[in-house]
Amino acid sequence: MSNEVILEGGQAVSAHHGEVHEHHEHHDTFITKYVFSQDHKMISKQFLITGMFWGIVGGLFSVIFRLQLGYPDTHFPFLETLLGHWAPDGKLNPEFYYALVTMHGTVLVFFVLTAGLSGTFANFLIPLQVGARDMASPFMNMLSYWFFFLASVVMFASLFVQTGPASGGWTTYPPLSALGGASDGSKAGMDLWLIAMALFVVSQLLAGLNYISTVLNMRTKGLSMTKLPLTVWALFFTAVLGVLSFPVLLSGFILLLFDRHMGTSFYLSNITLASGQVLPNEGGSAILYQHLFWFLGHPEVYIILLPAMGMASEILSINSRKPIFGYMAMVGSLFAICILAFLVWAHHMFVTGLNPFLGSFFVLLTLLIAIPSAIKVFNWLTTLWRGNIRFTPAMMFAIGFVSLFISGGLTGIFLGNSALDLHLHDTMFVVAHFHIVMGVASFFGMFAGIYHWYPKMYGRYLNNTLGYIHFWVTMIGAYCIFWPMHYEGLAGMPRRYPDVSNWHSFNMFGGLNEFISAVALVVFSVQLLFIFNFFYSIFKGRKVRTQNPWHATTLEWTTPIRPGHGNWPGEIPEVHRWAYDYSKDGRDFIPQTEPLGDHESGH
Amino acid sequence: MSGPERKRLHPHKFTLWLGIGSIVMMFAGLTSAVIVKRNQADWQNIPMPQIFWYSTVVILASSLTIQMSIRAFKERNMRSYRSLITLTAVLGLVFIFMQFNGFEAIWAQNVRFTNSVGGSFLYIIFGLHALHVLGGIIFLIVLFAKAYSTRSRNYSAVPVEIASVYWHFVDLLWLYLFVFFLYIQ
Repeated sequence: MSNEVILEGGQAVSAHHGEVHEHHEHHDTFITKYVFSQDHKMISKQFLITGMFWGIVGGLFSVIFRLQLGYPDTHFPFLETLLGHWAPDGKLNPEFYYALVTMHGTVLVFFVLTAGLSGTFANFLIPLQVGARDMASPFMNMLSYWFFFLASVVMFASLFVQTGPASGGWTTYPPLSALGGASDGSKAGMDLWLIAMALFVVSQLLAGLNYISTVLNMRTKGLSMTKLPLTVWALFFTAVLGVLSFPVLLSGFILLLFDRHMGTSFYLSNITLASGQVLPNEGGSAILYQHLFWFLGHPEVYIILLPAMGMASEILSINSRKPIFGYMAMVGSLFAICILAFLVWAHHMFVTGLNPFLGSFFVLLTLLIAIPSAIKVFNWLTTLWRGNIRFTPAMMFAIGFVSLFISGGLTGIFLGNSALDLHLHDTMFVVAHFHIVMGVASFFGMFAGIYHWYPKMYGRYLNNTLGYIHFWVTMIGAYCIFWPMHYEGLAGMPRRYPDVSNWHSFNMFGGLNEFISAVALVVFSVQLLFIFNFFYSIFKGRKVRTQNPWHATTLEWTTPIRPGHGNWPGEIPEVHRWAYDYSKDGRDFIPQTEPLGDHESGH
Repeated sequence: MSGPERKRLHPHKFTLWLGIGSIVMMFAGLTSAVIVKRNQADWQNIPMPQIFWYSTVVILASSLTIQMSIRAFKERNMRSYRSLITLTAVLGLVFIFMQFNGFEAIWAQNVRFTNSVGGSFLYIIFGLHALHVLGGIIFLIVLFAKAYSTRSRNYSAVPVEIASVYWHFVDLLWLYLFVFFLYIQ
């Protein structure tokens, strides 16, 4: 069978005539076990820890630019110590403010919430939950991490070049990003940004191909697609989105590189620089880049969000001790979101001169997303309804995810209307909307996943008390940070400006901005507490003593407490039922591996 | 290891098909960008040198040779298998060389990156295609080295079949791109 084919070459198991040969002692050196590992579990930890590193970096950037936004007139001498000529006299240089905002977006969207989230959990959960010994191609899987690592190195290096990292916004629109003379950040930093992102796209493609192929080809006996846990469904759709949209982004980047260095005019036309110099480029269109970018950019939102949805579904069901409400509706709505994700990209471009008639189609399609989203929310709430809820830290974060998804999703209905978007575009309202619905909500899904599957990853528990502190401060803090931004945005306060104190109308928000910045600092420090908890617990956490600590039905809990490469020491268990048999027939839960009883019917 | 599972597509082959899907998306993105550009005012037609027709013949012939190499492999006729994949790789290299000649012919007619958006698109799109052919050639070289290895004898036709599916794909991709650029003029 395919599983055996993959691990051939002395690795783990080969089954012939029903007889099982095991080779527990394969000789792993430090290098093959921890560095160039082909074990999906190790690769997932590599993605997670690299993602956490980037999370700290990206979060620190936001703290620094929040200082600028909250206290535009104050000098912070330590900033000069930290940033040198980017913060003369302790006051942030506007050029560097733009660089910080750009890198904050790039790092968190791509390096943390794409690679760190689906990289971690698709790697960890797909083989374990579909009953596979590893990915379809463990070698490609390893390559995908190392391409991500290379991308990280290049992106990190770009922070230290003389002219600073890319600073044209995380979307890097031309002409700003195409002309080295346009700003400091459009010089070497922009080239490094493009190289890093190209490597990142390669990494995501290698990863995505593997995830899809594993889900479709490597499921254990009896595990039909409709018996899969929702985590696997969500990660599967995430991978499909990535595989179809990242190549288009790459083609956009290739054209941008040629515009920068070969004198082509794909995106450039009739440009006069501030110095009075007239550029020869003709016939290009900056809008073309926006189309190519947002054709990825919008699915990217769901690449970030779907894994969080899947994990929240699973964790809500396990900790409510109830089957997930409307399993097929959950799968169907994931599918609908996937289709719609490709049909709404122009709602990011309502104010680019897009034909209003065309725009109205994009409004309609955008608002249609509310339907599958509402189905999901309804099903999460009905799963919780009258459940026998266990408030573990993972469950808290999953409930928090639902809360944030509702409040962030509702403001999406405002922004999806092209008429309202004329007023709200590029204001703090947009910042508030996407941070809540995509940023913080996905982070909550990720935290939920980490708290829930940590025992499987490391054989130890995270500290619960620190977990609850982490949850409450982050939850309350996130609302305190982003809720006020809606008011600022409705009043017209623009995003991306380092200092709005010249507008008298925005002076009333001075105190509010200080408040937001102060809370951001607190929330950031609580994340450091989580990082401490994470690393401390790897070595000193409470040990896991039972195979199935959460009393869950899925296959990952049938492996040994610390599974080796190959996951199951003996044969891979067979699956007989769906993943959500909780509180059924007087039993708390029935594992997927248990055959159906005489009076039961399958799902 | 029941019956239906054996009939299932090998996961590596399946992964290849997915990869082809994503390469298609990349070229779809690029060619739709050309269509957008085509409808704008200052589009100039690009001269299509004769040599692209000959390179088309070469890459079609290479599809034939790689198909024959699979048959040779399955008949365990290793000598003919090795010479056929070598021939395929050589035809691939000839194709890339001819594409480069085609670029030179267009370049000679003063179609530059700086003065023709259509020409720039052609250079980049055909160039990216040639890179994908190069990837296929590298794959063939790996197969060739494996066929000589005395350490392990491999009877699985999967790697050869994967190489051939990919090779037919870049062949078809070239036909699409060539017809696309002929048609868009």
